[in-house]
Amino acid sequence: MSENKPGFSTLSIHAGAQPDPATGARATPIYQTTSFVFDDVDQAASLFGLQAFGNIYTRITNPTTAVLEERVAALEGGTAALATASGHAAQLGVFHTLLQPGDEFIASKKLYGGSINQFNHSFKSFGWNVIWVDADDIDSVKKAVTEKTKAVFIESLANPGGVVTDIEAMAGIAKDAGAPLIVDNTMATPYLCRPIEHGADIVVHSLTKFMGGHGNSMGGAIVDAGSFNWTESKRYPMLSEPRPEYDGMVLHETFGNFAFAIACRVLGLRDLGAAISPFNSFMLLTGIETLPLRMQKHCDNALEVAKYLSGHDKIAWVRYAGLEGDACHALQQKYMPKGAGAVFTFGLKGGYEAGVKLVSEVELFSHLANIGDTRSLIIHPASTTHRQLSDQQKTAAGAGPDVVRVSVGIEDVADIIGDLEQALAKI
Amino acid sequence: MSSTNHDSYSDEYIRGILNDVKTIAIVGASANTVRPSFFVTKYMLSKGYDVIPVNPGHAGREIAGVLTYASLADIDRPVDIVDIFRNSQAAYGVVEEALQLDPLPKAIWMQLEVRNDEAARLAEAKGIKVVMNRCPKIEYARLCGEIGWAGVSSRRISAKKPKLQQGFQRFDIGGKPPGAR
Repeated sequence: MSENKPGFSTLSIHAGAQPDPATGARATPIYQTTSFVFDDVDQAASLFGLQAFGNIYTRITNPTTAVLEERVAALEGGTAALATASGHAAQLGVFHTLLQPGDEFIASKKLYGGSINQFNHSFKSFGWNVIWVDADDIDSVKKAVTEKTKAVFIESLANPGGVVTDIEAMAGIAKDAGAPLIVDNTMATPYLCRPIEHGADIVVHSLTKFMGGHGNSMGGAIVDAGSFNWTESKRYPMLSEPRPEYDGMVLHETFGNFAFAIACRVLGLRDLGAAISPFNSFMLLTGIETLPLRMQKHCDNALEVAKYLSGHDKIAWVRYAGLEGDACHALQQKYMPKGAGAVFTFGLKGGYEAGVKLVSEVELFSHLANIGDTRSLIIHPASTTHRQLSDQQKTAAGAGPDVVRVSVGIEDVADIIGDLEQALAKI
Repeated sequence: MSSTNHDSYSDEYIRGILNDVKTIAIVGASANTVRPSFFVTKYMLSKGYDVIPVNPGHAGREIAGVLTYASLADIDRPVDIVDIFRNSQAAYGVVEEALQLDPLPKAIWMQLEVRNDEAARLAEAKGIKVVMNRCPKIEYARLCGEIGWAGVSSRRISAKKPKLQQGFQRFDIGGKPPGAR
C-alpha cells in the first residue's frame, strides 16, 4: 500500500485511523478526557518541550481529534492539519500565526459573510488590516499588494454565489508578494478541488459544512501544505525566530515542512483555546467517511435543480457555475470538474415579497442559515442574514431583495424539485 | 551498487534500516535542548537505540545523559548509522570519515535539508545504505503512527493495530522490540 498512493475514497475512510492501540476497537474511539497521565517526569518533560509526540491536554492534542486532523491533511494533500472549534477559530489561528499588529492581508470580497465580519471588525481590533479586492480583476489584486501584505485569502468556491476563484492566478500574486496563499475550501471540499495542487500554502475549513455533512457538529481545520519557506522569508517571526514560549526553539528549523501546523497548535491553540470537542471530532470523522458519495450526490442534485429553476417562468436568473453559460463555468471545469457544489443563488421575478413567500411555502426545504447538510436548506438573505443592510448594500453583497440561496441536499432530486414547484406555484 | 531513488524512499526501505540497527552516531549533536539534533538524540534514546553524540566542542561531557565523543574515530563500539547534522557540503567529509570505520556503518543518514549525492555514491559503492534530507525521529514517528498525534500526515494507512511499547503513548515501528535490538 505504501508504494501506491491510496485513492480519495480509501483515504476518506482510513487516513489517520488504525485500530485503537489499547483495545483494537476498529471505529475511532471518543477519547473524552481532558488530560493524559505521564509515564514519568522525563516523559512529561519531553512532551512539554515538544521533543516527543504525545498527548498532554485536550486543548492542544487529543487522540480522537488527531485522527480527524490526519484525515483532513491526507485528503487535502497537506503535510499536517490542526482541528479547531469552528471554521472561524481556524481562521483566527492562521492569522494569529502569520500577522503582527499593523500588518495587512488581501482578501477577496466574495467570501462567506461571517468571514467578512471577522476580518472587518474582530481582526481590525487586533491591528490586522484587511484589504478587500475583486478576485475577478487580477490587475487590481496585484495593485493591492504592499510591503505590509502578509497573506492572501480566498475561497475556492465562494459563498453564497457559487463563484469559482482562479486559484492559480491568486497563488502567483501571493508568491510575488512573498506571502502565503490561504484558501478556504469549505464549499468545494477536497473531493471537488484540492487547492494545494494549484498553489495554496494553507487551506482552511469549516468542517461543520460538507466535510461533516450532517449539520450536527461544529468544527474547523487548518491544513499546512508544507510549501512556504518561512526561514528564507524572515517575515513570520512565529516560524523563523527563537520562541520565548519554548526556551528559544525555532519552529521551522525544528519541524520542517509541517512547522506551520505545529505553530498554529503550540502557539495558537495552546494560548487562544478554541479547541474542538473530541465528540465533535468523532461525528465529523464519521461524516467524512462518506464525503465522496455525498458530495457527488449534492453536485448531481444541485445541477438538476439549477436546470429546473433556469427554465421556470417565475425565476429571473440562476447563478450556478455548473450551468453551461455561467460566467464561472470555465473556471469550474478547470478547478472542480466533478461538480460545482451544492450551494447557489437565484433571483425571483417577484422580488422581496416573492422571496419571503417562497421560504414560507417550502415543506421539504429547511428555512435556516447554514449550508452543507444532508437536508436541502433555503434562505432569503434580504429578510434574514442581510436585513440590516440598505438595499444598495444588499445588492452589492449579492443579497439583493430578489435573491434566494439554496444548499441542495441529498434527498431524491424529484422530491427536491417537487417541493420548489409547489412553493413557486403559490407565489 | 544501489539504485536507491533519493527523491522518494519507500517505507520498507526506511523501516528496514531502522529495524536493522542498534547504534546511531549523531554527528553535530547539540547539548542545547531546543536544537533539532538534541530532539533526535533524546527521541531515538527513548526508542531503545544506543545513541552516541559526536561533537568535538562537547567531547567527554554528556548530551541527554550519554557520553559525547570528539569524532567518529574515537567511538569505542561499532556504529550502525552515522546521522549527519552538518550542512550539505560538510556532509562529504563526514562520509569520508565514516568510511574509515571498521566495521563499516550499515547506513549513512543526512538530516532534513542535508543532501550530498556525491557523498551518497561514495557510501553506496561500499554497500552502505543512504538516506538524505530526512529526519530519523520524524521517520520513526511516522512509521509507528505517533506522528499522527500532532496532526501530521503519516502518508500511510493500515488496518493493523499499532504496536505498543511499555508505558503510555509509546509506539514501535513493528520490528523487533527495542530490548531485543
